[in-house]
Amino acid sequence: MNWHAIRAIYLFEMARMRRTLLQSVISPVLSTTLYFVVFGAAIGSRISEVDGVSYGAFLVPGLLMLSLLTQSVSNASFAIYFPKFTGTIFEHLSAPVSAFELTASYVAAAASKSVILGVIILLTARLFVPFGIAHPVWMAAFLVLTAVTFSLLGFLIGIWAENFEKLQLIPLLVITPLTFLGGSFYSIDMLPPFWRTVSLLNPVLYLVSGFRWSFFGSADVGVGLSLGMTLAFLLACAAVVAWMFRTGYRLKP
Amino acid sequence: MRPALEIRNLSKRYAGGFEALRGVDLDIRRGEIFALLGPNGAGKTTLIGISCGTISATTGTVLADGLDTVRDYKAARARIGLVPQELATDAFESVWATVSFSRGLFGRPPNPAFIEGLLRDLSLWDKRDQRIMTLSGGMKRRVLIAKALSHEPQILFLDEPTAGVDVELRRDMWQLVRRLQAQGVTIVLTTHYIDEAEEMADRIGVIHRGKLILVEEKAELMRKLGTKKLILELASPVAALPPTLATTGLDLAAGGRELVYSYDRQAGDTGVAALLAALAASGLDVADLRTEQSSLEEIFVQLVEEPA
Ligand SMILES: Nc1ncnc2c1ncn2[C@@H]1O[C@H](COP(=O)(O)OP(=O)(O)OP(=O)(O)O)[C@@H](O)[C@H]1O
Ligand SMILES: [Mg+2]
Repeated sequence: MNWHAIRAIYLFEMARMRRTLLQSVISPVLSTTLYFVVFGAAIGSRISEVDGVSYGAFLVPGLLMLSLLTQSVSNASFAIYFPKFTGTIFEHLSAPVSAFELTASYVAAAASKSVILGVIILLTARLFVPFGIAHPVWMAAFLVLTAVTFSLLGFLIGIWAENFEKLQLIPLLVITPLTFLGGSFYSIDMLPPFWRTVSLLNPVLYLVSGFRWSFFGSADVGVGLSLGMTLAFLLACAAVVAWMFRTGYRLKP
Repeated sequence: MRPALEIRNLSKRYAGGFEALRGVDLDIRRGEIFALLGPNGAGKTTLIGISCGTISATTGTVLADGLDTVRDYKAARARIGLVPQELATDAFESVWATVSFSRGLFGRPPNPAFIEGLLRDLSLWDKRDQRIMTLSGGMKRRVLIAKALSHEPQILFLDEPTAGVDVELRRDMWQLVRRLQAQGVTIVLTTHYIDEAEEMADRIGVIHRGKLILVEEKAELMRKLGTKKLILELASPVAALPPTLATTGLDLAAGGRELVYSYDRQAGDTGVAALLAALAASGLDVADLRTEQSSLEEIFVQLVEEPA
């Protein structure tokens, strides 16, 4: 294992984050605040409780997941796309670094950044609504697991994309709809039966649900299923990345 | 002693079907400076890219220090440094950070003293805290060299290191390359400046349309292919060659001030002796004489222009 390389890439990425700290923190915090104002205050006054939890509190895990997913994907996809774009990727390709080491270091950095943001958003949310966390360890576990999984997805997108449009395409076309339709803002019990069934095909639902369970002790689907689905999604992304590297897909001519 | 680099039957067909390399075999000797010459698109960068792992080969193998660069890539690549042709650098990072990063990436523990020495050698020490994007092109090239040397490689590839570089940096670069050679580093460089190859290289390879058409000791190459000229300066100009010299192959040049005799050094009888005898008999007053050897550039042009 080339630990020096993993450390070098990780620190390089974290330094990049530090340089852009303000913009990377401000925008998610701002959008979360807006969601709370719009959904929590405006709509929340009409929906009193969901599953025995105030709507404002109910929103917290969903909104947190929403930011976590989008941030993880955009951090990781940009992190690997940028060296491809500038040509500095030659150095990674010529270095004694395995595909696993390269992926692990980029994903670890992107996930770290998302987790830090997640914590900041959680603290921001706490300013708006009171809520407790029923299973803090599970909460942290879901936070990290989601950050890792979607950083991996982002990494994959970053390798696949050969221009900026494609880099934006997947998050816009796939991730955002999935998160909005994944029960971030509502319980799927509120949906008509047909859409409830469709929702069960959405991997994000399981993340949000598991995460919500760690906050309130109850959720749309069982926590075991949530965990299983998240892990399955993680493995699927890992398998695609492994395949990409084995074939040199879009990295080497 | 085992060659530093063993290239066997290397070929590369790009996705579009273009064959950039067609069965290249080449050994690079340990500790030599090898210059790879060839016109644009000949396949030089492709050859280097495959050796370093940035391009995948279609067929063939490259062994670095006896280690397969694909199967044993970690051990092989740890020994190799690459200065690419394109100026691809980070933008926002400092010089110090980017060079330290490279060392780590290649699996070496941090060594600030070594990095300091490297930056001083490359006149980058004053710029160590500067962001790379604020550096000039030549400075960026130095940064790329520092990055390539940061992990103390034993084999260094320099892909057109002096393209677009001023005279001073070029001199510095040559000195650096010689210093590295003295430390035992094997160097493969490509260049379009023939004088550079002539100045630096121990051996020269010429690649043309993906084929290695010649590999030769530089001195041998010059001797073999070089035509030599003997130039005789006359004390006073003449309007025409005296009849006694008409059949010697002499040409009148410089407005009748010089006589030029071209000959092949390899020929058994260069004709120089006969020429001098004829000259003495002609009664012309020769004030001075000199010889000129054809440059690599002429040799190179000659090679490439011959139908492949
Ligand atoms: N990624 C690629 N896809 C398709 N063809 C390529 C690719 N890279 C290089 N080629 C082609 O392969 C041939 C050899 O290119 P290469 O870069 O090795 O040449 P070179 O000898 O380094 O030339 P130069 O002196 O201009 O740097 C060229 O015809 C080039 O167009
Ligand atoms: Mg080239």
